[in-house]
Amino acid sequence: MSLTANDVTKIAHLARLGIAEQDIDNYAKDLSGILDLMTQMGQLDTSGVTPMAHPLDQMQRLREDIVTETDQREHFQAIAPQTEAGLYLVPKVID
Amino acid sequence: MNSQWEAVIGLEIHTQLSTKSKIFSGASTAYGAEPNTQACAVDLGLPGVLPVLNQDAVRKAVTFGLAIDAEIAPHSVFARKNYFYPDLPKGYQISQFELPIVGNGHLDIEVDGVEKRIGITRAHLEEDAGKSLHEDFHGLTGIDLNRAGTPLLEIVSEPDMRSAKEAVAYMRKLHELVRYLEICDGNMQEGSFRCDANVSVRPKGQKEFGTRAEIKNINSFRFVEKAINYEIERQIDLIEGGGKVVQETRLYDANKDETRSMRSKEEANDYRYFPDPDLLPVLIEESLKAEIRATLPELPVAKKQRFLDQYGLDDESASTLTSSRELADFYEAVVKASGGEAKLAGNWMTGDVLGALNKASLEIAACPVSAERLAGLLKRIADNTISGKIAKQVFDKLWNGTATADEIIAQEGLKQITDTGAIEAIVDKVIAANPVPVEQYLSGKDKALMALVGQIMKETQGKANPGEVNKMLMEKLRKP
Repeated sequence: MSLTANDVTKIAHLARLGIAEQDIDNYAKDLSGILDLMTQMGQLDTSGVTPMAHPLDQMQRLREDIVTETDQREHFQAIAPQTEAGLYLVPKVID
Repeated sequence: MNSQWEAVIGLEIHTQLSTKSKIFSGASTAYGAEPNTQACAVDLGLPGVLPVLNQDAVRKAVTFGLAIDAEIAPHSVFARKNYFYPDLPKGYQISQFELPIVGNGHLDIEVDGVEKRIGITRAHLEEDAGKSLHEDFHGLTGIDLNRAGTPLLEIVSEPDMRSAKEAVAYMRKLHELVRYLEICDGNMQEGSFRCDANVSVRPKGQKEFGTRAEIKNINSFRFVEKAINYEIERQIDLIEGGGKVVQETRLYDANKDETRSMRSKEEANDYRYFPDPDLLPVLIEESLKAEIRATLPELPVAKKQRFLDQYGLDDESASTLTSSRELADFYEAVVKASGGEAKLAGNWMTGDVLGALNKASLEIAACPVSAERLAGLLKRIADNTISGKIAKQVFDKLWNGTATADEIIAQEGLKQITDTGAIEAIVDKVIAANPVPVEQYLSGKDKALMALVGQIMKETQGKANPGEVNKMLMEKLRKP
């Protein structure tokens, strides 16, 4: 499997990663190498193997449905760049 | 719809599960709090926090699965759905992808007297996002994360519906069910029950589906029907005009009654799901399923059938009275307190009581007339203490006051006149005073009798039994 420069740009955009123009070809090569390894693993017969969802062989612990958190808005908003009327303010986003 | 075309509709419905705390944190889920006062470090996605799953959210999901006859996954896995939006602080939503907690199930709907089974593909647990407020912040967007982390059960149907009417019927059934199960409050204004619709059209007889458009966030039954109908017409017009439907997300504008393109999904669909390493697989033991199954309430279909059998109600009344658990419980309390006046109670509930509630925009839980007080009234109708007409007056007084029916009847002297001598005197008086209608009646005009009955009822202030009066009058006029 081989990634193009376009694929790399798109993936970088989806992950909101800024990458330099001159590095794109190298990323494409490296990432393609990783995907080739995946393809190679894909050739193994795994028909009798349960897919692993988590490396720990344990089950999720559940918590009781109780409200334990108190309002710490002031504390949290102390590190926010901008707030108003209790809201976090961010650059305008519209669908 | 043009009869050469067939619509294919599937719904994705997000129900907020009515837990006290969030799905992965101990912050409150109560609606309407001051912005960001119920958003804790986990909901904000601060570094170093770990989500811990709420057992009640799991139980509610299992409850739903059992109620729709679905497979409950013994192992289910949480995944990250990656996208960037400021009301999603982590940059991903914790959801389920490959192994949802609820698998294949179904729900039966009825449209125009025809039953139809709608498949439910899956239902999965996920966290809700926060809210973005785009107004009034001098070009900036305000973010309230109180809703972030509220547990959702996303219920995905098969593309089994063929008209907007079927889609609405399915949505209503589902709404009724989640409220019966008490897993969701169903409050659509507050966004507890939200619907996205996938709509496509194809020539009748064609097997393959057409390209579908997804209509987002249509939040009332009425708008779902309108939005889907608009979208079906739009797609047919487009294709008949030589165009092609593109796969996209569209937003329904209720003011203009139209759908419009929101964004093409070229990149939005690339969510790059992967299992969330912060959460271990969820194990649902057989014992938990059995325990929940044992506590399932009587479901709407079974309850309606029982109401038909046990109370002898007609189909429509049984449907109406079982449309919510609260209403059904109220009805049964009335029947019990009235000593088994099932049909009378059914008539009053579906007529006067629901009418008055509608008029006052009240739910049955806030009905000013309790089941006991209503039953007190029904007893007096049943034993002929008061006539049906007087009963309506008494009901008004029950509604607007605190007295019992017996107290009202005694205070206002509304008791039906049972003294035949007294009624007879009034009948004679009315006959004597109204020679014209009497003459008309005697010459074959049956309707004239009604005028006389009306006069007598007026004289007795409605306290005579109209049936009795009718009988007496006819007897008297037969032998002048």
